[in-house]
Amino acid sequence: MNDTDRASKITAIIEAYPADRRFALAAMQDMQHEFNYIPEEGLVALADYLDCSKAHLYSMATFYKALSLTPKGEHIIKICNGTACHLRGSVNLATELKRILDIEPGQTSADGEFSVEYVNCLGSCALAPVMVVDGVYHNKLKVDQISGIVESYRTDDSKDVVSND
Amino acid sequence: MINGTDRILVCCGTSCIANGALDVADAIEKELTARGLADDVCVNVVRTGCSGECEQGPVVRFMPRDLMYYRVAVRDAKAIVDSLDGAPVKKLLHKRDGQFFEHMDDNPFYALQHKVVLKDVGIIDPLSLDDYISRGGYEGLKRALSMTPDEIISEVEKSGLRGKGGAGFPTGRKWRSAAGYDEWPKYIVCNGDEGDPGAFMDGSTMEGCPHAVIEGMVIGALAIGAEEGVLYIRDEYALARDHIQHAIDDAYAAGILGDSIMGTPHKLHLSIVRGGGAFVCGESTALMASIAGRVGEPRAKYIRSVQRGLFDKPTVLNNVETLASVPTILRFGGEEYAKLGAEKSKGTKVFAMVGKVKHTGLVEVPMGTTLRTLIYDIGGGIMNDRPFKAIQTGGPSGGCIPESLLDLPVDFDTLTEYGAMMGSGGMIVMDDRSCMVEVARYYVDFLCEES
Ligand SMILES: Cc1cc2nc3c(=O)[nH]c(=O)nc-3n(C[C@H](O)[C@H](O)[C@H](O)COP(=O)(O)O)c2cc1C
Ligand code: FES
Repeated sequence: MNDTDRASKITAIIEAYPADRRFALAAMQDMQHEFNYIPEEGLVALADYLDCSKAHLYSMATFYKALSLTPKGEHIIKICNGTACHLRGSVNLATELKRILDIEPGQTSADGEFSVEYVNCLGSCALAPVMVVDGVYHNKLKVDQISGIVESYRTDDSKDVVSND
Repeated sequence: MINGTDRILVCCGTSCIANGALDVADAIEKELTARGLADDVCVNVVRTGCSGECEQGPVVRFMPRDLMYYRVAVRDAKAIVDSLDGAPVKKLLHKRDGQFFEHMDDNPFYALQHKVVLKDVGIIDPLSLDDYISRGGYEGLKRALSMTPDEIISEVEKSGLRGKGGAGFPTGRKWRSAAGYDEWPKYIVCNGDEGDPGAFMDGSTMEGCPHAVIEGMVIGALAIGAEEGVLYIRDEYALARDHIQHAIDDAYAAGILGDSIMGTPHKLHLSIVRGGGAFVCGESTALMASIAGRVGEPRAKYIRSVQRGLFDKPTVLNNVETLASVPTILRFGGEEYAKLGAEKSKGTKVFAMVGKVKHTGLVEVPMGTTLRTLIYDIGGGIMNDRPFKAIQTGGPSGGCIPESLLDLPVDFDTLTEYGAMMGSGGMIVMDDRSCMVEVARYYVDFLCEES
């Protein structure tokens, strides 16, 4: 994406909302969705539009887990660490992901391809442990299924994404 | 005989979708089409919300014959359609202790439940306003529109309804106090943040019957005089958010929301705010700060939200399940509702029962039901018949209840007396191999991380 593209996308996202501070979170969520993070220029433009300080938006961006100031990976792997999943071994899933991708929950792989996150309850506790990759649920996961799932998302791999059921 | 009123209900809640329910629904539809039985002519396939027994999904149910099939796969579509007017497919029926159960209500998991909040979930198409109305939806609102705000509030007071988000504050009293302030605008806010890390009651309610939540909000708005409302929905609940948005759009189109509610001069505008992903934002003052576009930090509660809540205006904040109980109360009267439940905790409560129990899932029972009934009669006991060790209730700030207290009734007050709490409804069953210290550490970590 070149700079003008990015700038016009930012403008479009911001101007979809009235210039009222209550829409700050929504606008930042849209940016996160579009760019996988909140770019500095997005933050500046939004502060200008809403007539609030950059520090205010910055504190929001660091407070809310759904937002990040550094680029997240192309594929987002969410490991549920809600109570039900925890009891059924979600920690082992995280350990296996660390073995494969060499990152802990909260980090992004060096090639920018994957981010791993811990989240609380994904609403599918009966099928614990649950992992969601780019919105697709993989449930009742066993550790030995993880590498197959991760590989199926790698860009240099044209395999179709299959869920584990 | 198959006729035009036949419906095949395919559970398409988050868990069943994860188990392939959408493909199952498509396969059944294809099979029906191939036999000239499809849509509207004879048999409708309805994609419903969660029927409760998620672990056994995808769940498929025929109406009106009430045949219930579990763990259905795409390859079963043919046999299922064959069984429409024939013998049931035995291998897909519920089995317990060597017995087969054909009907939903024969299955002890459902037989002992009493559904008020979830009465339409799993039966209607959540995306269809007509389906909701055909089951008596918006009747409560109609009645409310013929009443004064004071009469609406009295009805809720009579019902004994208490907030189901955890604290159990009497809903009628909260509404009366917000109604008492002569300051406008006022707001009604729905708490759909469901931060408790092992709970999915509110998510399933929003997914499976979004109009019940909206109807509850409209009634609440009439009672306190609010003309604007917000639903704060957790970031992870994409399906719930879609269904609520769809229901809001339909309600506007049908004149239920907007500048003239059902042709009256009353107004209400609703919108969704998508949560930013922070446990503390489920707390009332943090939630309102978050809606207002600030960091979601709780504030000292010397000023109550009913007086200065959202944008510093009088505000009622209620939990999803609380609001979804309101339509039934207005439709049948507060006294009817108060016949259910325990002495100081009226009505029903939805629980998400998970962990080492045979039948996990979403259950709704009258308040005052014992833990033993929940775990052994409804849940079928402990997995592999191992010994029971404890049940954790009340979320991260709750407690663990041992075997000796299993005959306690579950309501707002009893568990608190024993150092635990009912909380918002998450229940985790542990067997002799679960380590209590590990569980305690997990919750402490959770609270540290989220504070
Ligand atoms: C840390 C914390 C987290 C909370 N999370 C939630 C939540 O996720 N959902 C909810 O409905 N209430 C939650 N509550 C309770 C709310 O503050 C509030 O009491 C409730 O939404 C009021 O609605 P009700 O009276 O209908 O229960 C939380 C409270 C605290 C202190
Ligand atoms: S605890 Fe993992 S989905 Fe609920």
